[in-house]
Amino acid sequence: MSGKGFADKVRETQVWKSIFRHGPPNNARNRAAVIAGNVFLHLHPIKLKKSGVQLGYTWCMGGLTFFIFLALTVTGLLLMFYYRPTAEYAYNDIIALKEHVPLGIMREIHRWGAHAMVITVWLHMFRVFMTGSYKPPREFNWGVGVILLVLTLLLSFTGYLLPWDQLAIWAITVGSNMAKATPFLGHGGPGAALAQIGDFVMVSDKNDVRFQLLAGRFVGEPALLRFYILHCVFIPLVVGTLIAVHFWRVRKDGGISAPL
Amino acid sequence: MKEFINWMADPIRSFPVVTLLYYLMMRYYRIVGTKKFAYISLAVLLPVVVWFCTDPNFVAIILWPDNIPINIIIVLIAWLTWYSLYRCAQNDERLEQGLTPIEATPENREKVWTWPNLVYVELMCMIGTTIFLVVWAIIFKAPLEEPANPTWAPNPAKAPWYFLGLQEMLVYFDPWMAGVVLPGLIVVGLLAVPYIDTNPKGNGYFTIAERKMAMWFFMFGWLVLWIYLIIVGTFLRGPNWTFYGPFEFWDFHKVVAEYNVNLSEFVWVKWLNMPMPHNMIVREFLGIILTAVYVVVLPPLSATTKWGKKLIGDMGKVRYYIFIFLLLGMTSLPIKMVLRWLFSLKYIIALPELELSL
Ligand code: HEM
Repeated sequence: MSGKGFADKVRETQVWKSIFRHGPPNNARNRAAVIAGNVFLHLHPIKLKKSGVQLGYTWCMGGLTFFIFLALTVTGLLLMFYYRPTAEYAYNDIIALKEHVPLGIMREIHRWGAHAMVITVWLHMFRVFMTGSYKPPREFNWGVGVILLVLTLLLSFTGYLLPWDQLAIWAITVGSNMAKATPFLGHGGPGAALAQIGDFVMVSDKNDVRFQLLAGRFVGEPALLRFYILHCVFIPLVVGTLIAVHFWRVRKDGGISAPL
Repeated sequence: MKEFINWMADPIRSFPVVTLLYYLMMRYYRIVGTKKFAYISLAVLLPVVVWFCTDPNFVAIILWPDNIPINIIIVLIAWLTWYSLYRCAQNDERLEQGLTPIEATPENREKVWTWPNLVYVELMCMIGTTIFLVVWAIIFKAPLEEPANPTWAPNPAKAPWYFLGLQEMLVYFDPWMAGVVLPGLIVVGLLAVPYIDTNPKGNGYFTIAERKMAMWFFMFGWLVLWIYLIIVGTFLRGPNWTFYGPFEFWDFHKVVAEYNVNLSEFVWVKWLNMPMPHNMIVREFLGIILTAVYVVVLPPLSATTKWGKKLIGDMGKVRYYIFIFLLLGMTSLPIKMVLRWLFSLKYIIALPELELSL
């Protein structure tokens, strides 16, 4: 034996070195390298103020929101293998998932995770407010955050319809009925009655915002497809992009806030 | 006792109580934000919660799988609100003594390596959350009800829990207000926060003393108008959106005699003893005037007060008017609630002809 342990030997192999590019992070140079050299870790600065590390300051709520978002992306992707967004199959596919996948908890993790993400995003906003972290120079990033908050709720809301059970369609019916009352744009809202030329009704239940949202006058199959695409593709892409902007700005605005 | 709690939980009584508690909490945050207070309230609350849980109706509603997130958020918010007040109280004490906030001590300003310090914290948080989610998923199965049936609506038909604050507002406002205008104002208001709050203090540390106004308004909106209403909408509203106390069985036959009157009916029928006029503008003149006063006259009027002048001096006119407008939007909800409870008032302006009722 040369006095080196097995782990040290592994670290000297060509394979190990090709992956990590630097020695163990126990000195300044390598600690910098491990952050800068890894695509995931390089979201972080190499060093940061101690207050920014403390759980008591950030509550880690932003970080957890992101983590849960990733967990939802993975579990959601797995669910997509089993689910078809049509009135004929949707409900049965969920049943089949329950019956044919032994010990399956993907649907549970996805559903409770969605709730958890709403909770963490609210608490993140709460923390950011309490520490006054929206003040200059972070005004814009607070704005990006607000949009993310709205999108998180919409993501959760669009997913609520997909099981196509009573809970789903009626919750979405209640929610989307609000759109009917949008001033000027919904056929049951204030102002819609004014938008009428002679017999020609400009805002009706066949073209108002609720119709655009549901692709119909009630929550039916076209709404299911629309919500499915919004939920699985469109909103996640927008959220992902905005999260990138959000993180970039956290760094550019000087890292986690601290007293000036 | 249970009867009494059921009776107290009705928003007519619980809303003022919650508002009062909120006031006391913010006013005496130095006392609330101590460990001693936390331990005592835990010692008092835990037995109460356990006692609550001996009631089958209460357990049935809190253990309904889709309500679990609200239980979790209630616990987290109670804890984190206390914790924030604790940090604020600590810092405000230090600031009074001429010290820096804790976040600004040389020790905390020191820079540390991301690896391993931050990466370690993040890893622990991720592992903790993963365990939490997996346990939650194993204990509670995701609900699946009967297949969708467009011809038969369940009663009550509820939106997902995070929108129940809005659905609860429907008791007091028409959908165009509760579902569109007020949520819109919330989002716009949140976006506007950093541009309206020009107070440079309290940036990057916990404090209440240095940013009283921002704290008082935000926390009221967040804790009382948002979270409290969600709790009401989830736990206390049963079939037909009727109020049910926490120990009450959701009996479909509970009938609540509720008869609400429009302001115009007060004016013409009760006070003037006249038939309702045909012209809708004449009919609703008082409500229209009052609303106009609220939206158009109050803001410039408030600007002439001492408070208004000081704020305008600090933030300028544009910011001030945006702020007041958002504030009036926010207070319109408690105002409408109180009017409903005191006078059974339905609409201040009732223009069903235009779908414009307020
Ligand atoms: C999908 C939603 C969101 C994700 C994934 C996210 C993620 C993060 C992360 C990881 C941080 C770093 C510090 C921390 O963990 O607290 C952060 C900071 C921040 N976030 Fe978010 N966030 C989200 C939504 C929001 C919302 C809703 C707001 C506010 C309305 C917001 C405003 C901010 C601000 C101002 C900072 C800088 C805080 C500071 O420097 O102390 N974010 N966000």
